[in-house]
Amino acid sequence: MFAAAMAGVAVTMLLVLIRALLGPTVYDRILAVNVFGTKTVLLIAVLGFLGGRPEFLDVALVYALINFIGTVAVLKFMQYGDLGWGESDHPDGDV
Amino acid sequence: MALLLDIASWLLLLSGALVAVIGGVGMLRLPDVYTRMHAASVTDTGGMILILGGLLLQAPHWLVAVKLLLVALFLLLTSPTAANALANAAIQDGIKPMLGGQRHG
Repeated sequence: MFAAAMAGVAVTMLLVLIRALLGPTVYDRILAVNVFGTKTVLLIAVLGFLGGRPEFLDVALVYALINFIGTVAVLKFMQYGDLGWGESDHPDGDV
Repeated sequence: MALLLDIASWLLLLSGALVAVIGGVGMLRLPDVYTRMHAASVTDTGGMILILGGLLLQAPHWLVAVKLLLVALFLLLTSPTAANALANAAIQDGIKPMLGGQRHG
């Protein structure tokens, strides 16, 4: 049963990767990479159960955090052109 | 009892994988970035709940079940937030949603 779930998740990852290559706007690509990251979390969790090592859930939790922060960081960079303390027009930094 | 848990796990894992594949197909076939966002976030969250629920029934120790619930809770909170931030950024960048009368591709 774990192998069937893993196969489904892997097929989804392939389909979403095609969208990341094709997508006409950059937001298509950001969305596709976000979905790819979430599916990676599920893949790691199921892989852990398949191998009899549920300790992989720690890795899955950390990757879920990294995926979310990475997506929000890329969006912030696209909106402000900068990731941290701004130049003359944002003297207070990022609020 | 173990047979019932196995059957329930099979059902949840297979339906979760099916929902995920439907989301992937939707990402390819839908015409606009905003409609693709619907497919991505809805099927992402639904498939995640089903697959992690199927794994929860197979957990060998209560600590593993707690970790699964933590992963599910975190993804449940952050996946809609990321979709909202993405839609907001796309609107601010000037990408117009495709309205009812236009259909291409």
